[in-house]
Amino acid sequence: MKHTSAEELYAYREGEMTGRESIAAHLKECGECRAELERIEEVFQVLNAMPVPDPGEEYGTKVWRQIVDRLPEKRAKWWSGFFAPQRLMAMGAAAALLALAFYAGRTTSPRTGGDEIVDAGKVRERVLVVAVGEHLGKSEMILMELSNTQPVESGKKLINIATEQKRAEDLVEENRLYRQTALNGGDHAIASTLDELQRVLLDVANSPAEVTPAQFASIQKRIAAQGILLKVRVVRQELRAESERKKAEPARNDSIPKARNKA
Amino acid sequence: MADAIGISDVAAVERTLAGERDAYRVLVERHSAYVYRVAYRMTGNPHDAEEVVQEAFLRAYQKLRQFAGNANFGTWVYRIAANYAIDRLRQRKNEESRRESPSRKTESETEVDPLSQIKDQAPNPERLAGSAQLAEKMKEALDALTPAERTAIVMRHWDGCGIEEIAEVLKSNSSAAKNTVFRAAQKLRLALKPFAEGRNAAKVVGTES
Repeated sequence: MKHTSAEELYAYREGEMTGRESIAAHLKECGECRAELERIEEVFQVLNAMPVPDPGEEYGTKVWRQIVDRLPEKRAKWWSGFFAPQRLMAMGAAAALLALAFYAGRTTSPRTGGDEIVDAGKVRERVLVVAVGEHLGKSEMILMELSNTQPVESGKKLINIATEQKRAEDLVEENRLYRQTALNGGDHAIASTLDELQRVLLDVANSPAEVTPAQFASIQKRIAAQGILLKVRVVRQELRAESERKKAEPARNDSIPKARNKA
Repeated sequence: MADAIGISDVAAVERTLAGERDAYRVLVERHSAYVYRVAYRMTGNPHDAEEVVQEAFLRAYQKLRQFAGNANFGTWVYRIAANYAIDRLRQRKNEESRRESPSRKTESETEVDPLSQIKDQAPNPERLAGSAQLAEKMKEALDALTPAERTAIVMRHWDGCGIEEIAEVLKSNSSAAKNTVFRAAQKLRLALKPFAEGRNAAKVVGTES
C-alpha cells in the first residue's frame, strides 16, 4: 500500500480538494498515515498555543507618542510624501548630496528677489529627477554584473548571487515608490520602464542566494529577453539630459518632460 | 482630538488626509495591539516587534493616499507590518550569518534543516516532556525558519490569511507561497518530531494572551 506523502496530508488538512477522496479512503485503512496526520495537527496545536506577551492597555498611546514627531503634516501635492525624512534617507546619501549641490548652485547664482519663492518646488523636482537617475544607475549596475558573469568559467556547481540579491531587494521598494510617483505625476513612459524593471528586480530578489548554472542562465535570459538594460539606459540618459537642461534653464516649469515619453 | 475617538477607520483616514494629523492617532491607538501581536509572532522578540509596529504605522501614514478606503485599515496596516517584518527578519539573518562567518555564509546555508541540528543535540524526550521546553523547542524551530517561511506560516496559521495575500507579501506567486507554507510546516513538524509524539502534548503549553 502506498502511503500518503506529508505534502498530501498537509494539503488534505488545509482542505484542498485535489485527491481528497482517495486520501480520505487511504486514511480510513492506514493507521500509520492517520498517526502522521495527528502529528501534523499537534504541531499546529503547539504553534497556536505559543504565548504572545500582552503589550498593555496603553500600548496604542505609547506607539502614538513614539511616532508622532516623525509624521509630517499632509499636503495636497503629489510629491509630498517624497520629501518626508525617511524617504530622503531612502534616496541615498548621493542623491541628497547632489540635491544640495543643485540648491547651492541655485541660491548662489545672481538673481532677482521674486524667483526664490518658486524655487523650492523646482529644487524638489530636480531632487526627484536626480534620485530616479541614481536609482536607475544602481539597477543598471546589478543587471550588468549579472549579465556579464560567466557561470561556467569557475567550474563551480553553484553561483553565489547573495550580494546582487540583497541589492536588488533594497531597490525593489525604492522602485515601487518611484513608479507610483511617476504614475501619479502622469509620467507613463517612466512608469512603464520602472514596471518592467520591478519584475526583473523581483526575479533577482526572490532567487535563492546560490543558484545552479542553469538557474543563473535563466535569470540572464530573462534580463536579456526584456531588453530592460537598454530601456533603463535610455531613460537614464534622458533624465541626465533633463537635469542638465533644468540646471541651464531654471525658470521653466515643466515637471513632465515630453522628451522622455518616447522611451 | 476628543471628538475623533468614536469615528470610523474610514473617517479617520479621510480626516488625516485632509490635514488633520491627530485623526491618525485614532487609527494608531485602535490597531497597535493587534499589529504588535502579529509582529511578535513574525520576529520572535518584543524589541523587534515594537520596531515593526512603529515602522508599520509610519509607512501607513506615508502611503495613506494609496489606501484611500478601499480595504479594511486593519488588514492594510497588517500587510505593511508583514512586509516590514520580513525585511527586518532578512536583515537579522544577514547580520547573524555575517557574524558567524564573515566570508561566505549565506542565508540558505545557515538555515539548514532543523532536523539535523536536533540530531546533534541528542534529544532526551523525558527531559523535554514539560510544557516550557516544548514551547522553547517551537520557538527555536520558528527562529530556524527562513524569513519567508516564518512570515508565511505566521500569516497562514496564526492569522488565517489567504494564499494570495501571503504571495503578495512574499512577492511571489500563489503556488510558490503555498509551497513555502508547506515547507515551513514540515520543518516545524520535523523539529518537533522527537518531542511532540505524545498525544495532545500541546495542551500543556498554555496561553498567555
